[in-house]
Amino acid sequence: MRQHDPAHPQAMGQGEAEQDHDSAPGRTARTLDFGGYQVVGRTVTIAADPALIHDHFRDPARLNAILGSHLRVEPGAGDHLVWVLATSSREIRVETAPVHDRPGEMRAWRSVEGAELDVEIKVQLREAPAGRGTEVEAHVAYRPKWGLAGHLAARLRGIDPKAQGRQALKRLKMLLETGEIATARNRRAG
Amino acid sequence: MRALTWQGKHDVRVETMPDPQIVNPRDAIIEVTSTAICGSDLHLYDAVIPGLKAGDILGHEFMGRVVETGPGSTLKPGQRVVVPFTISCGACFFCRAGQFAACDNSNPVETQEASELLFGHPVSGFFGYSHLTGGYPGGQAEYVRVPFSDVGPLVIPEGPTDEEVLFLSDILPTGWMAAENAQIAPGDNVAVWGCGPVGLFAVQSALLMGAGQVIAIDHHPRRLELARSLGAKTVDYRQSHVLEALMEMTGGIGPDAVIDAVGMESHGFSPDNLMDAAKQKIGIGADRAHVLRLALTAVRKGGRVSIPGVYGGLADKFPLGTLMEKGLQIRTGQTHVQAYTKQLLHRILEGEIDTTFLISHRLPLEQAATGYRNFRDNQNDWTKVVLKPGRSGADLLP
Repeated sequence: MRQHDPAHPQAMGQGEAEQDHDSAPGRTARTLDFGGYQVVGRTVTIAADPALIHDHFRDPARLNAILGSHLRVEPGAGDHLVWVLATSSREIRVETAPVHDRPGEMRAWRSVEGAELDVEIKVQLREAPAGRGTEVEAHVAYRPKWGLAGHLAARLRGIDPKAQGRQALKRLKMLLETGEIATARNRRAG
Repeated sequence: MRALTWQGKHDVRVETMPDPQIVNPRDAIIEVTSTAICGSDLHLYDAVIPGLKAGDILGHEFMGRVVETGPGSTLKPGQRVVVPFTISCGACFFCRAGQFAACDNSNPVETQEASELLFGHPVSGFFGYSHLTGGYPGGQAEYVRVPFSDVGPLVIPEGPTDEEVLFLSDILPTGWMAAENAQIAPGDNVAVWGCGPVGLFAVQSALLMGAGQVIAIDHHPRRLELARSLGAKTVDYRQSHVLEALMEMTGGIGPDAVIDAVGMESHGFSPDNLMDAAKQKIGIGADRAHVLRLALTAVRKGGRVSIPGVYGGLADKFPLGTLMEKGLQIRTGQTHVQAYTKQLLHRILEGEIDTTFLISHRLPLEQAATGYRNFRDNQNDWTKVVLKPGRSGADLLP
Protein backbone atom coordinates (compact mmCIF):
# COMPACT_ATOMS: atom_id res chain seq x y z
CA MET A 1 0.00 0.00 0.00
CA ARG A 2 1.29 3.45 -0.85
CA GLN A 3 2.35 5.38 2.21
CA HIS A 4 1.81 9.08 2.80
CA ASP A 5 5.12 10.37 1.56
CA PRO A 6 5.21 14.17 1.93
CA ALA A 7 7.08 14.33 -1.38
CA HIS A 8 4.22 12.55 -3.11
CA PRO A 9 1.03 13.54 -1.34
CA GLN A 10 -1.91 11.44 -2.31
CA ALA A 11 -5.57 12.19 -2.52
CA MET A 12 -5.68 13.15 1.13
CA GLY A 13 -6.10 9.46 1.87
CA GLN A 14 -9.00 9.10 -0.51
CA GLY A 15 -9.47 6.15 -2.77
CA GLU A 16 -6.08 4.53 -2.59
CA ALA A 17 -6.15 1.07 -4.08
CA GLU A 18 -4.83 -1.85 -2.08
CA GLN A 19 -1.96 -2.79 -4.36
CA ASP A 20 1.72 -2.16 -4.94
CA HIS A 21 2.39 1.27 -6.36
CA ASP A 22 5.11 2.94 -8.32
CA SER A 23 6.68 6.21 -7.15
CA ALA A 24 4.41 8.48 -9.17
CA PRO A 25 2.05 10.88 -7.39
CA GLY A 26 -1.33 9.27 -6.81
CA ARG A 27 -3.17 11.82 -8.94
CA THR A 28 -1.27 10.60 -12.01
CA ALA A 29 -2.74 7.12 -11.63
CA ARG A 30 -4.54 5.63 -14.61
CA THR A 31 -7.85 5.60 -12.84
CA LEU A 32 -10.91 7.77 -12.72
CA ASP A 33 -11.92 6.39 -9.36
CA PHE A 34 -10.44 7.98 -6.28
CA GLY A 35 -13.27 6.84 -4.05
CA GLY A 36 -15.75 9.22 -5.67
CA TYR A 37 -13.27 12.09 -5.68
CA GLN A 38 -11.48 13.70 -8.56
CA VAL A 39 -7.88 14.33 -7.64
CA VAL A 40 -5.84 16.85 -9.60
CA GLY A 41 -2.68 18.81 -9.04
CA ARG A 42 0.38 20.43 -10.46
CA THR A 43 3.93 21.21 -9.35
CA VAL A 44 5.98 24.21 -10.42
CA THR A 45 9.45 25.26 -9.34
CA ILE A 46 9.70 28.90 -8.33
CA ALA A 47 12.98 30.71 -7.74
CA ALA A 48 11.77 32.21 -4.48
CA ASP A 49 11.94 31.64 -0.76
CA PRO A 50 9.29 29.25 0.66
CA ALA A 51 8.24 31.75 3.34
CA LEU A 52 7.46 34.32 0.65
CA ILE A 53 5.44 31.77 -1.30
CA HIS A 54 3.57 30.65 1.80
CA ASP A 55 2.60 34.25 2.59
CA HIS A 56 0.95 34.45 -0.79
CA PHE A 57 -1.51 31.75 0.19
CA ARG A 58 -2.43 33.46 3.47
CA ASP A 59 -3.55 36.75 1.97
CA PRO A 60 -6.83 36.71 -0.04
CA ALA A 61 -5.86 39.83 -1.99
CA ARG A 62 -2.53 38.33 -3.08
CA LEU A 63 -4.21 35.02 -3.79
CA ASN A 64 -6.74 36.76 -6.03
CA ALA A 65 -3.91 38.28 -8.05
CA ILE A 66 -3.02 34.81 -9.38
CA LEU A 67 -6.43 33.15 -9.67
CA GLY A 68 -7.58 34.45 -13.04
CA SER A 69 -10.99 35.58 -14.21
CA HIS A 70 -13.07 32.49 -13.34
CA LEU A 71 -12.01 32.07 -9.73
CA ARG A 72 -11.63 34.37 -6.71
CA VAL A 73 -11.54 34.11 -2.95
CA GLU A 74 -13.30 36.16 -0.30
CA PRO A 75 -12.69 36.25 3.44
CA GLY A 76 -15.28 34.16 5.28
CA ALA A 77 -16.28 34.00 8.92
CA GLY A 78 -13.25 33.85 11.25
CA ASP A 79 -10.35 32.23 9.47
CA HIS A 80 -12.59 30.74 6.77
CA LEU A 81 -12.02 31.40 3.08
CA VAL A 82 -14.78 31.37 0.45
CA TRP A 83 -13.78 30.19 -3.05
CA VAL A 84 -16.01 31.60 -5.77
CA LEU A 85 -16.01 29.87 -9.16
CA ALA A 86 -17.80 31.74 -11.95
CA THR A 87 -19.40 29.40 -14.46
CA SER A 88 -21.20 30.61 -17.57
CA SER A 89 -24.54 30.59 -15.76
CA ARG A 90 -23.85 31.28 -12.09
CA GLU A 91 -21.32 31.48 -9.27
CA ILE A 92 -20.45 28.45 -7.16
CA ARG A 93 -19.44 29.54 -3.65
CA VAL A 94 -17.54 27.10 -1.44
CA GLU A 95 -16.70 28.02 2.14
CA THR A 96 -13.55 26.36 3.44
CA ALA A 97 -11.78 26.20 6.78
CA PRO A 98 -8.00 25.91 7.18
CA VAL A 99 -6.84 22.40 8.07
CA HIS A 100 -3.06 22.92 7.83
CA ASP A 101 -0.96 26.04 8.10
CA ARG A 102 2.72 25.27 8.51
CA PRO A 103 4.78 28.33 7.48
CA GLY A 104 7.10 27.58 4.61
CA GLU A 105 5.75 24.03 4.25
CA MET A 106 2.03 23.63 3.77
CA ARG A 107 -1.30 25.40 3.66
CA ALA A 108 -4.56 23.48 3.21
CA TRP A 109 -8.28 24.14 3.33
CA ARG A 110 -11.31 21.84 3.51
CA SER A 111 -14.88 22.68 2.67
CA VAL A 112 -17.15 23.10 5.68
CA GLU A 113 -20.14 20.88 6.26
CA GLY A 114 -23.03 21.80 4.01
CA ALA A 115 -20.82 23.54 1.42
CA GLU A 116 -21.99 23.30 -2.18
CA LEU A 117 -18.88 21.34 -3.15
CA ASP A 118 -16.96 18.76 -1.11
CA VAL A 119 -13.36 19.82 -1.68
CA GLU A 120 -9.91 19.80 -0.13
CA ILE A 121 -7.20 22.14 -1.40
CA LYS A 122 -3.58 21.74 -0.36
CA VAL A 123 -0.42 23.65 -1.23
CA GLN A 124 2.86 22.02 -0.27
CA LEU A 125 6.29 23.58 -0.45
CA ARG A 126 9.66 21.86 -0.53
CA GLU A 127 13.19 22.88 -1.37
CA ALA A 128 14.05 22.28 -5.01
CA PRO A 129 17.35 20.59 -5.85
CA ALA A 130 20.47 22.40 -7.08
CA GLY A 131 19.44 25.81 -5.81
CA ARG A 132 16.47 26.04 -8.17
CA GLY A 133 14.24 27.51 -5.50
CA THR A 134 11.06 25.95 -4.11
CA GLU A 135 8.86 23.24 -5.56
CA VAL A 136 5.25 24.32 -5.09
CA GLU A 137 2.64 21.62 -5.38
CA ALA A 138 -1.04 22.45 -5.49
CA HIS A 139 -3.39 19.57 -4.97
CA VAL A 140 -7.17 19.47 -5.11
CA ALA A 141 -9.47 16.56 -4.23
CA TYR A 142 -13.15 17.17 -4.86
CA ARG A 143 -16.45 15.45 -5.48
CA PRO A 144 -17.78 17.02 -8.66
CA LYS A 145 -21.48 17.75 -8.86
CA TRP A 146 -22.94 15.26 -11.31
CA GLY A 147 -19.94 12.98 -10.77
CA LEU A 148 -17.54 12.19 -13.58
CA ALA A 149 -19.83 13.81 -16.15
CA GLY A 150 -19.71 17.07 -14.22
CA HIS A 151 -15.93 16.87 -14.01
CA LEU A 152 -15.55 16.31 -17.75
CA ALA A 153 -17.99 19.13 -18.55
CA ALA A 154 -15.93 21.50 -16.38
CA ARG A 155 -12.73 20.38 -18.10
CA LEU A 156 -14.21 21.08 -21.51
CA ARG A 157 -15.04 24.62 -20.39
CA GLY A 158 -11.56 25.11 -18.91
CA ILE A 159 -12.93 25.87 -15.44
CA ASP A 160 -12.02 22.59 -13.80
CA PRO A 161 -9.74 22.69 -10.75
CA LYS A 162 -6.84 21.20 -12.72
CA ALA A 163 -6.74 24.08 -15.22
CA GLN A 164 -7.47 26.68 -12.54
CA GLY A 165 -4.70 25.34 -10.29
CA ARG A 166 -2.17 25.01 -13.10
CA GLN A 167 -2.79 28.54 -14.34
CA ALA A 168 -2.71 30.01 -10.84
CA LEU A 169 0.67 28.43 -10.15
CA LYS A 170 2.05 29.78 -13.42
CA ARG A 171 0.86 33.28 -12.53
CA LEU A 172 2.40 32.94 -9.07
CA LYS A 173 5.70 31.91 -10.62
CA MET A 174 5.63 34.90 -12.98
CA LEU A 175 4.79 37.30 -10.19
CA LEU A 176 7.45 36.08 -7.77
CA GLU A 177 10.22 35.62 -10.33
CA THR A 178 9.62 38.72 -12.44
CA GLY A 179 7.45 41.06 -10.38
CA GLU A 180 4.67 41.02 -12.97
CA ILE A 181 2.26 38.73 -14.79
CA ALA A 182 2.99 38.48 -18.50
CA THR A 183 0.40 39.84 -20.89
CA ALA A 184 0.34 40.51 -24.62
CA ARG A 185 -2.14 43.34 -24.14
CA ASN A 186 -0.88 46.51 -25.75
CA ARG A 187 -2.90 48.88 -23.62
CA ARG A 188 -3.91 49.19 -19.99
CA ALA A 189 -7.40 48.03 -19.06
CA GLY A 190 -10.13 50.66 -18.97
CA MET B 1 -0.14 54.32 -35.14
CA ARG B 2 0.39 52.59 -38.49
CA ALA B 3 1.20 48.89 -38.35
CA LEU B 4 1.45 45.88 -40.66
CA THR B 5 -1.31 43.42 -39.81
CA TRP B 6 -1.86 39.80 -40.82
CA GLN B 7 -5.35 39.24 -42.22
CA GLY B 8 -5.04 35.74 -43.65
CA LYS B 9 -2.95 33.67 -46.04
CA HIS B 10 -1.00 36.00 -48.37
CA ASP B 11 -2.98 38.97 -47.05
CA VAL B 12 -1.10 41.54 -44.98
CA ARG B 13 -2.11 45.20 -44.74
CA VAL B 14 -0.86 48.37 -43.12
CA GLU B 15 -3.63 49.70 -40.91
CA THR B 16 -4.16 52.25 -38.18
CA MET B 17 -4.00 50.59 -34.77
CA PRO B 18 -4.11 52.00 -31.21
CA ASP B 19 -0.75 53.23 -29.90
CA PRO B 20 0.74 50.86 -27.32
CA GLN B 21 0.98 51.86 -23.66
CA ILE B 22 3.09 50.84 -20.69
CA VAL B 23 1.14 47.92 -19.21
CA ASN B 24 3.62 46.22 -16.86
CA PRO B 25 6.34 47.85 -14.73
CA ARG B 26 9.29 46.54 -16.75
CA ASP B 27 7.84 47.66 -20.11
CA ALA B 28 9.25 50.25 -22.48
CA ILE B 29 7.69 51.80 -25.57
CA ILE B 30 9.98 51.94 -28.60
CA GLU B 31 9.51 54.18 -31.63
CA VAL B 32 10.60 51.93 -34.47
CA THR B 33 13.18 53.38 -36.87
CA SER B 34 14.00 50.19 -38.81
CA THR B 35 12.34 46.79 -39.03
CA ALA B 36 12.91 43.85 -41.34
CA ILE B 37 10.85 41.08 -42.89
CA CYS B 38 12.21 37.73 -41.74
CA GLY B 39 12.11 34.40 -43.55
CA SER B 40 9.99 33.08 -40.69
CA ASP B 41 7.49 35.90 -41.37
CA LEU B 42 6.95 34.14 -44.68
CA HIS B 43 5.86 31.01 -42.79
CA LEU B 44 3.14 33.22 -41.27
CA TYR B 45 2.39 34.80 -44.65
CA ASP B 46 1.99 31.31 -46.10
CA ALA B 47 -0.14 30.33 -43.08
CA VAL B 48 1.87 27.20 -42.34
CA ILE B 49 2.51 28.23 -38.73
CA PRO B 50 -0.66 27.82 -36.64
CA GLY B 51 -2.07 30.32 -34.18
CA LEU B 52 -2.36 33.62 -36.07
CA LYS B 53 -5.45 35.80 -35.73
CA ALA B 54 -6.70 38.38 -38.21
CA GLY B 55 -5.46 41.79 -37.14
CA ASP B 56 -2.25 40.57 -35.47
CA ILE B 57 0.68 42.98 -35.87
CA LEU B 58 3.67 41.14 -37.36
CA GLY B 59 7.39 41.77 -37.10
CA HIS B 60 10.09 40.50 -34.80
CA GLU B 61 13.22 42.15 -36.23
CA PHE B 62 13.19 45.79 -35.18
CA MET B 63 15.05 48.62 -33.50
CA GLY B 64 14.31 52.18 -32.56
CA ARG B 65 14.35 54.90 -29.93
CA VAL B 66 13.01 54.55 -26.40
CA VAL B 67 10.12 56.97 -25.91
CA GLU B 68 8.60 55.82 -22.60
CA THR B 69 9.59 53.50 -19.78
CA GLY B 70 7.85 51.77 -16.90
CA PRO B 71 9.22 52.11 -13.35
CA GLY B 72 11.03 48.75 -13.62
CA SER B 73 12.78 49.45 -16.92
CA THR B 74 16.49 50.26 -16.98
CA LEU B 75 16.23 52.08 -20.31
CA LYS B 76 16.10 55.85 -20.71
CA PRO B 77 14.03 57.84 -23.19
CA GLY B 78 16.09 58.75 -26.23
CA GLN B 79 18.33 55.65 -26.16
CA ARG B 80 18.70 53.77 -29.41
CA VAL B 81 18.08 50.04 -28.96
CA VAL B 82 17.95 46.79 -30.91
CA VAL B 83 15.25 44.48 -29.54
CA PRO B 84 15.68 40.66 -29.55
CA PHE B 85 12.74 38.76 -31.00
CA THR B 86 12.71 36.52 -27.95
CA ILE B 87 10.90 38.00 -24.96
CA SER B 88 12.73 36.80 -21.86
CA CYS B 89 12.31 37.57 -18.17
CA GLY B 90 15.97 37.12 -17.20
CA ALA B 91 14.99 35.54 -13.87
CA CYS B 92 13.62 32.04 -14.49
CA PHE B 93 15.69 28.85 -14.46
CA PHE B 94 16.14 28.93 -18.24
CA CYS B 95 17.08 32.60 -18.55
CA ARG B 96 19.61 32.21 -15.73
CA ALA B 97 21.11 29.31 -17.70
CA GLY B 98 21.39 31.54 -20.79
CA GLN B 99 18.57 29.69 -22.55
CA PHE B 100 16.57 32.86 -23.15
CA ALA B 101 14.37 31.38 -25.88
CA ALA B 102 13.08 28.87 -23.33
CA CYS B 103 11.92 31.56 -20.87
CA ASP B 104 9.21 30.22 -18.57
CA ASN B 105 7.60 33.55 -17.77
CA SER B 106 7.18 35.56 -20.96
CA ASN B 107 4.39 33.65 -22.67
CA PRO B 108 1.09 34.68 -21.03
CA VAL B 109 -0.64 31.90 -19.10
CA GLU B 110 -3.59 31.75 -21.47
CA THR B 111 -1.39 31.20 -24.55
CA GLN B 112 1.10 28.95 -22.77
CA GLU B 113 -1.58 26.31 -22.50
CA ALA B 114 -1.77 25.57 -26.24
CA SER B 115 1.98 25.22 -26.68
CA GLU B 116 2.21 23.04 -23.59
CA LEU B 117 -0.42 20.76 -25.07
CA LEU B 118 1.38 20.69 -28.42
CA PHE B 119 5.01 20.44 -27.33
CA GLY B 120 4.85 19.08 -23.78
CA HIS B 121 6.20 22.31 -22.32
CA PRO B 122 5.21 25.93 -22.86
CA VAL B 123 7.40 27.93 -25.24
CA SER B 124 8.47 31.48 -24.53
CA GLY B 125 7.01 34.69 -25.89
CA PHE B 126 8.07 36.20 -29.24
CA PHE B 127 7.16 39.48 -30.88
CA GLY B 128 4.79 39.46 -33.83
CA TYR B 129 4.42 35.74 -34.17
CA SER B 130 1.93 32.97 -33.44
CA HIS B 131 -0.36 33.04 -30.41
CA LEU B 132 1.42 29.84 -29.41
CA THR B 133 4.26 32.22 -28.55
CA GLY B 134 2.08 34.77 -26.83
CA GLY B 135 0.54 36.72 -29.68
CA TYR B 136 2.57 39.81 -28.76
CA PRO B 137 2.09 42.73 -31.18
CA GLY B 138 5.18 42.98 -33.35
CA GLY B 139 7.63 45.54 -34.60
CA GLN B 140 6.50 46.19 -38.18
CA ALA B 141 4.79 49.23 -36.73
CA GLU B 142 5.53 52.78 -35.67
CA TYR B 143 5.60 51.85 -31.98
CA VAL B 144 6.04 48.65 -29.97
CA ARG B 145 5.47 47.76 -26.35
CA VAL B 146 8.58 45.87 -25.19
CA PRO B 147 8.10 43.75 -22.05
CA PHE B 148 11.09 42.97 -19.78
CA SER B 149 12.90 45.92 -21.34
CA ASP B 150 15.61 45.66 -18.67
CA VAL B 151 16.68 42.27 -20.11
CA GLY B 152 16.27 42.22 -23.89
CA PRO B 153 16.99 45.52 -25.63
CA LEU B 154 20.62 46.23 -26.48
CA VAL B 155 21.62 49.89 -26.23
CA ILE B 156 23.53 50.93 -29.37
CA PRO B 157 26.30 53.50 -29.03
CA GLU B 158 26.54 56.48 -31.37
CA GLY B 159 28.24 55.56 -34.61
CA PRO B 160 26.83 52.54 -36.41
CA THR B 161 23.84 52.99 -38.70
CA ASP B 162 20.59 51.13 -38.12
CA GLU B 163 21.38 48.76 -40.96
CA GLU B 164 24.73 47.80 -39.44
CA VAL B 165 23.10 46.59 -36.20
CA LEU B 166 19.44 45.81 -37.00
CA PHE B 167 20.07 42.12 -37.59
CA LEU B 168 21.26 41.64 -34.01
CA SER B 169 17.52 41.32 -33.33
CA ASP B 170 17.35 37.83 -34.84
CA ILE B 171 19.10 36.60 -37.97
CA LEU B 172 22.72 37.36 -37.06
CA PRO B 173 22.52 35.63 -33.64
CA THR B 174 20.50 32.87 -35.31
CA GLY B 175 23.18 32.26 -37.94
CA TRP B 176 25.85 32.45 -35.25
CA MET B 177 24.06 29.98 -32.94
CA ALA B 178 23.51 27.67 -35.93
CA ALA B 179 27.27 27.55 -36.48
CA GLU B 180 27.91 27.18 -32.75
CA ASN B 181 25.44 24.27 -32.64
CA ALA B 182 27.42 22.67 -35.47
CA GLN B 183 30.39 22.52 -33.02
CA ILE B 184 32.85 23.53 -35.70
CA ALA B 185 36.49 22.55 -35.23
CA PRO B 186 39.27 24.27 -37.20
CA GLY B 187 39.49 22.90 -40.72
CA ASP B 188 36.03 21.30 -40.70
CA ASN B 189 33.96 20.81 -43.82
CA VAL B 190 30.54 22.38 -43.25
CA ALA B 191 27.50 22.22 -45.54
CA VAL B 192 24.75 24.84 -45.23
CA TRP B 193 21.38 24.35 -46.90
CA GLY B 194 19.59 27.59 -47.74
CA CYS B 195 21.27 30.88 -48.67
CA GLY B 196 18.60 33.03 -47.13
CA PRO B 197 19.64 35.51 -44.46
CA VAL B 198 20.15 32.92 -41.71
CA GLY B 199 22.01 30.55 -44.03
CA LEU B 200 24.31 33.33 -45.20
CA PHE B 201 25.04 34.43 -41.63
CA ALA B 202 25.66 30.77 -40.74
CA VAL B 203 28.19 30.64 -43.60
CA GLN B 204 29.86 33.80 -42.32
CA SER B 205 29.88 32.55 -38.72
CA ALA B 206 31.21 29.09 -39.62
CA LEU B 207 34.14 30.66 -41.46
CA LEU B 208 34.84 32.97 -38.50
CA MET B 209 34.82 29.91 -36.25
CA GLY B 210 37.57 28.32 -38.32
CA ALA B 211 35.79 26.04 -40.79
CA GLY B 212 38.17 24.97 -43.54
CA GLN B 213 35.50 24.78 -46.20
CA VAL B 214 31.88 25.88 -46.16
CA ILE B 215 29.63 24.63 -48.94
CA ALA B 216 26.39 26.56 -49.42
CA ILE B 217 23.45 24.94 -51.22
CA ASP B 218 20.58 26.81 -52.90
CA HIS B 219 19.23 27.43 -56.39
CA HIS B 220 18.94 31.23 -56.55
CA PRO B 221 21.99 32.59 -58.45
CA ARG B 222 22.03 35.89 -56.55
CA ARG B 223 21.93 34.18 -53.18
CA LEU B 224 24.66 31.71 -54.21
CA GLU B 225 26.73 34.66 -55.37
CA LEU B 226 26.36 36.28 -51.93
CA ALA B 227 27.54 33.02 -50.32
CA ARG B 228 30.58 32.96 -52.59
CA SER B 229 31.33 36.58 -51.71
CA LEU B 230 31.56 35.51 -48.07
CA GLY B 231 34.09 32.80 -48.95
CA ALA B 232 31.85 29.76 -49.38
CA LYS B 233 31.88 27.23 -52.18
CA THR B 234 28.44 26.64 -53.63
CA VAL B 235 26.26 23.86 -54.99
CA ASP B 236 23.20 24.70 -57.06
CA TYR B 237 20.84 21.78 -56.50
CA ARG B 238 19.28 22.34 -59.90
CA GLN B 239 22.67 21.89 -61.56
CA SER B 240 24.29 19.17 -59.44
CA HIS B 241 23.45 16.08 -57.41
CA VAL B 242 23.90 17.44 -53.92
CA LEU B 243 24.79 14.23 -52.07
CA GLU B 244 27.32 13.17 -54.67
CA ALA B 245 28.79 16.66 -54.88
CA LEU B 246 29.20 16.91 -51.13
CA MET B 247 30.96 13.53 -50.96
CA GLU B 248 33.31 14.49 -53.79
CA MET B 249 34.04 17.92 -52.30
CA THR B 250 34.93 16.40 -48.91
CA GLY B 251 37.31 13.66 -50.01
CA GLY B 252 34.64 10.97 -49.83
CA ILE B 253 34.12 11.50 -46.10
CA GLY B 254 31.09 13.79 -46.07
CA PRO B 255 30.70 17.12 -44.27
CA ASP B 256 31.72 17.10 -40.60
CA ALA B 257 28.74 19.30 -39.83
CA VAL B 258 25.57 20.23 -41.69
CA ILE B 259 23.24 23.18 -41.12
CA ASP B 260 19.59 23.16 -42.22
CA ALA B 261 18.76 26.84 -42.70
CA VAL B 262 15.68 26.03 -44.77
CA GLY B 263 13.15 24.62 -42.33
CA MET B 264 9.56 23.66 -42.90
CA GLU B 265 9.07 24.91 -46.47
CA SER B 266 11.59 22.94 -48.52
CA HIS B 267 11.45 23.47 -52.28
CA GLY B 268 11.93 20.93 -55.03
CA PHE B 269 10.18 18.09 -56.80
CA SER B 270 11.58 15.09 -54.97
CA PRO B 271 8.90 12.50 -54.14
CA ASP B 272 9.13 13.06 -50.38
CA ASN B 273 8.76 16.81 -50.79
CA LEU B 274 5.75 16.43 -53.07
CA MET B 275 4.06 14.23 -50.46
CA ASP B 276 4.94 16.68 -47.68
CA ALA B 277 3.62 19.59 -49.73
CA ALA B 278 0.32 17.79 -50.31
CA LYS B 279 -0.04 17.07 -46.60
CA GLN B 280 0.84 20.65 -45.71
CA LYS B 281 -1.73 21.87 -48.17
CA ILE B 282 -4.57 19.89 -46.62
CA GLY B 283 -3.43 20.52 -43.10
CA ILE B 284 -1.98 17.19 -41.98
CA GLY B 285 1.72 17.08 -41.26
CA ALA B 286 2.88 20.65 -41.03
CA ASP B 287 6.51 20.33 -42.04
CA ARG B 288 8.19 19.81 -45.42
CA ALA B 289 11.41 18.29 -44.13
CA HIS B 290 13.17 17.31 -47.36
CA VAL B 291 16.32 19.31 -46.59
CA LEU B 292 16.62 17.83 -43.13
CA ARG B 293 16.38 14.30 -44.53
CA LEU B 294 19.03 15.17 -47.09
CA ALA B 295 21.33 16.76 -44.51
CA LEU B 296 21.14 13.68 -42.28
CA THR B 297 22.09 11.53 -45.24
CA ALA B 298 24.93 13.80 -46.32
CA VAL B 299 26.68 14.37 -43.01
CA ARG B 300 29.63 12.11 -42.23
CA LYS B 301 29.42 9.30 -39.70
CA GLY B 302 29.59 10.75 -36.19
CA GLY B 303 28.89 14.20 -37.61
CA ARG B 304 26.89 17.09 -36.23
CA VAL B 305 23.53 18.39 -37.44
CA SER B 306 22.42 21.93 -36.63
CA ILE B 307 18.84 23.01 -37.35
CA PRO B 308 18.17 26.75 -37.21
CA GLY B 309 15.38 26.36 -39.81
CA VAL B 310 11.93 26.66 -38.29
CA TYR B 311 9.78 23.55 -37.89
CA GLY B 312 6.34 23.83 -36.38
CA GLY B 313 4.70 20.48 -36.09
CA LEU B 314 5.12 16.94 -37.34
CA ALA B 315 7.32 15.40 -39.99
CA ASP B 316 7.10 11.86 -41.23
CA LYS B 317 9.55 9.66 -43.14
CA PHE B 318 12.16 10.96 -40.73
CA PRO B 319 15.37 8.92 -41.20
CA LEU B 320 15.83 7.78 -37.62
CA GLY B 321 17.87 4.82 -38.80
CA THR B 322 20.36 7.18 -40.43
CA LEU B 323 20.60 9.19 -37.25
CA MET B 324 21.26 6.12 -35.12
CA GLU B 325 23.39 4.00 -37.40
CA LYS B 326 25.70 6.90 -38.26
CA GLY B 327 25.89 8.09 -34.66
CA LEU B 328 24.83 11.65 -35.38
CA GLN B 329 24.26 14.53 -32.98
CA ILE B 330 21.48 17.07 -33.50
CA ARG B 331 21.27 20.52 -31.96
CA THR B 332 18.48 22.94 -32.68
CA GLY B 333 16.19 25.52 -31.11
CA GLN B 334 14.93 29.04 -31.27
CA THR B 335 17.81 31.46 -30.80
CA HIS B 336 18.86 32.56 -27.32
CA VAL B 337 19.34 36.04 -28.77
CA GLN B 338 20.18 37.83 -25.53
CA ALA B 339 23.12 35.44 -25.02
CA TYR B 340 24.81 36.64 -28.23
CA THR B 341 23.94 40.30 -28.80
CA LYS B 342 26.81 41.90 -26.87
CA GLN B 343 29.61 39.80 -28.38
CA LEU B 344 28.19 40.17 -31.88
CA LEU B 345 27.80 43.95 -31.50
CA HIS B 346 31.46 44.01 -30.47
CA ARG B 347 32.42 42.07 -33.62
CA ILE B 348 30.38 44.51 -35.75
CA LEU B 349 32.02 47.53 -34.12
CA GLU B 350 35.45 45.93 -34.61
CA GLY B 351 34.70 45.41 -38.31
CA GLU B 352 34.82 41.60 -38.12
CA ILE B 353 31.21 41.20 -39.24
CA ASP B 354 29.28 43.17 -41.84
CA THR B 355 25.61 42.45 -42.29
CA THR B 356 24.61 45.18 -44.71
CA PHE B 357 25.57 43.14 -47.82
CA LEU B 358 22.33 41.25 -47.36
CA ILE B 359 19.91 44.17 -47.78
CA SER B 360 18.42 44.34 -51.25
CA HIS B 361 15.44 46.61 -50.68
CA ARG B 362 14.40 49.45 -48.37
CA LEU B 363 10.72 50.37 -48.27
CA PRO B 364 8.50 52.65 -46.25
CA LEU B 365 6.30 50.73 -43.83
CA GLU B 366 3.30 51.67 -45.96
CA GLN B 367 4.68 49.43 -48.73
CA ALA B 368 5.24 46.43 -46.45
CA ALA B 369 2.74 44.26 -48.34
CA THR B 370 4.80 44.72 -51.51
CA GLY B 371 7.86 43.70 -49.55
CA TYR B 372 6.22 40.49 -48.34
CA ARG B 373 5.00 39.55 -51.78
CA ASN B 374 8.36 40.05 -53.48
CA PHE B 375 10.42 38.55 -50.66
CA ARG B 376 8.35 35.42 -51.12
CA ASP B 377 7.96 35.34 -54.91
CA ASN B 378 11.28 36.75 -56.09
CA GLN B 379 13.77 35.29 -53.68
CA ASN B 380 16.64 35.63 -56.08
CA ASP B 381 16.57 39.42 -56.12
CA TRP B 382 14.78 40.26 -52.87
CA THR B 383 17.32 38.93 -50.37
CA LYS B 384 16.33 41.14 -47.44
CA VAL B 385 13.73 43.87 -47.00
CA VAL B 386 14.13 46.64 -44.44
CA LEU B 387 11.02 48.67 -43.64
CA LYS B 388 11.18 52.26 -42.46
CA PRO B 389 8.16 53.49 -40.47
CA GLY B 390 7.44 57.16 -40.88
CA ARG B 391 9.42 57.46 -44.13
CA SER B 392 7.87 58.27 -47.48
CA GLY B 393 9.91 56.22 -49.86
CA ALA B 394 11.54 58.95 -51.90
CA ASP B 395 14.06 59.45 -49.11
CA LEU B 396 14.98 55.75 -49.09
CA LEU B 397 16.67 55.66 -52.46
CA PRO B 398 20.28 54.55 -52.08
